[in-house]
Amino acid sequence: MTKLTIPQLEEKANEIRQDIIRMLEAAGSGHSAGPLGLADIFAALYFDVMNIRPQEPEWAERDFFFLSNGHTVPVQYATMAEAGYFDKEELLTLRKLGSRLQGHPEREKLPGLENTSGPLGSGLSQAAGVAYTLQYIDTQLHRFVYVVMGDGELNEGNIWEAAMFAGKNKLSQLVAFVDRNNIQIDGSTEDVMPLEDLKGKWEAFGWHVIEIDGHNIQSIIDATSEARAITNRPTVVIAHTIPGKGVDFMEYDFKWHGVPPNSEQAKEALLKLRTLDGKISHEGEGV
Amino acid sequence: MTYQLNPDLFNDDVKQEPIRAGFGRGLKAAGEVNEAIVALCADLTESTQMHLFREAFPKRFIEIGVAEQNLVTVASGMARAGKIPFTSSYAAFSPGRNWEQIRTTAALNNQPVKIVGSHAGVSVGPDGATHQMLEDIALMRVLPNMVVVAPGDSVEAEKATKAIAENGKPSYIRLAREKTPIFSTDESPFEIGKAYVLREGTEGSLLGTGTMTYQLLVAADLLAKDGIEVEVVHVPTIKPLDEETILTSARKTGRVLAAEEAQVNGGFGGAIAELLGEKLPTPLKRVGMLDRFGESGAPLELFEHFNLTGPQIAEQFKEWIKDTPRYHQGF
Repeated sequence: MTKLTIPQLEEKANEIRQDIIRMLEAAGSGHSAGPLGLADIFAALYFDVMNIRPQEPEWAERDFFFLSNGHTVPVQYATMAEAGYFDKEELLTLRKLGSRLQGHPEREKLPGLENTSGPLGSGLSQAAGVAYTLQYIDTQLHRFVYVVMGDGELNEGNIWEAAMFAGKNKLSQLVAFVDRNNIQIDGSTEDVMPLEDLKGKWEAFGWHVIEIDGHNIQSIIDATSEARAITNRPTVVIAHTIPGKGVDFMEYDFKWHGVPPNSEQAKEALLKLRTLDGKISHEGEGV
Repeated sequence: MTYQLNPDLFNDDVKQEPIRAGFGRGLKAAGEVNEAIVALCADLTESTQMHLFREAFPKRFIEIGVAEQNLVTVASGMARAGKIPFTSSYAAFSPGRNWEQIRTTAALNNQPVKIVGSHAGVSVGPDGATHQMLEDIALMRVLPNMVVVAPGDSVEAEKATKAIAENGKPSYIRLAREKTPIFSTDESPFEIGKAYVLREGTEGSLLGTGTMTYQLLVAADLLAKDGIEVEVVHVPTIKPLDEETILTSARKTGRVLAAEEAQVNGGFGGAIAELLGEKLPTPLKRVGMLDRFGESGAPLELFEHFNLTGPQIAEQFKEWIKDTPRYHQGF
């Protein structure tokens, strides 16, 4: 497969954001800010970084992806549909009775999901379990395990149990992302339960730490290359993101953590995304 | 088929062994025939008898440290990578500490993660109530997809472990610390989901799971000396329950006593009450921990303190049937 250029990946991220808005509006409930903030990371992982086959989700040589903060799953569904795991039409079934797109991801419902998540704090451990297997038991050193966690999620003790485990075992095929958007439900992460010095914490647990702008696709790709090159430690990428990224009235506002846009807001959001916030002219098709 | 009981069952020198020892042997044996089996422990490797597996297959053993949430979630990941992970700790900690992780990442996620809860029940003894896990049966049997097994002795525990290794489902196996008399034999049957009539009778059905089945056999023997012939049904699988065997016995005797070394509320007694209430209303007496915690003491002292010994159960049964007619109402 030919690699996409950075501008093409940016277009993918924009497309994913528009789908997130559409599916959340149709669902009438769900989380807006986190998924929008993660779109660039998901575009980079699914369209450049990961060795996967959307038509063959159980492909035996695939890289693994674990979503730990399951409430951001709209970004994963939108990305998977964009990548061809299933038809985009199905995105509008999100959170509806009988849908494969559950409000929080369920592995058995949708091929391509590696785990079931929602209750926070368990994804890193599951990713570490796979990474341990690939490194020490099955010895498949060419396969990598990617996991995305929220920053509020780092309040959970289970995360730090996993961090110790991965550090002890030098799980170098494990690449974790922290979506450092500084918000959680009750407010700013540093008010609710301070995480800083976050880099120092991970380093103390034996991890290689990379800090990046989580909206710079080149930086995301470069960070994963660096992570794969580090062979004696797991890597965590602290990706600084803007919650609600791309839709100005959602950006930085923790009130958008757990609510969807109504139809007026969705219309405005889609217009902003399509025109890159007015920087380019928007061509015809109804919003 | 008649269940062959250990002929030395009522001898003073009947062979006794901790149920967990059978698990240790069973896990090693299962590991020999299936390379996908891996074992994870939370800093209690010898206590839970996982050291036999660790010594045989060091590469497939993973030390997790005192981190039960990580124990089951790392196992869930390994299951996703094609492994059959057995996780062990004391039942008070796993599933006591990590129930939500078991619910989400093993049961709902439907991965064949095996939860081994050792040192369950009051027979843990002097460690006291914190370590005497009594709520594990209730916690685990309410989970969809989960299989729940409480073997009656070490011989059966070995068979149960091998069966669970190959059942492809999230499963819980409940083990006890103390030596338990061996009532089964190498030839005795064990199948997940099956209950076994160990002794036939007409005056009542004594249903036992885990360590209590031996006590029921003692009780039945004493009752027979008083001319009261009761049926003893061993129910090692609490979920899925062998409804047919239990209902057949209840229909025959018209009185049911259910015994467990756990909270009767929501536990094995709870499961039997649900079954009888819905399908064959029958007088029921539940023996076990009656909505209270345990306390420190020697294991046998505690069994007596909480009225869990065979002779005490025989006495309770005799008292109970005085004003409890045999009855059932099938729908």
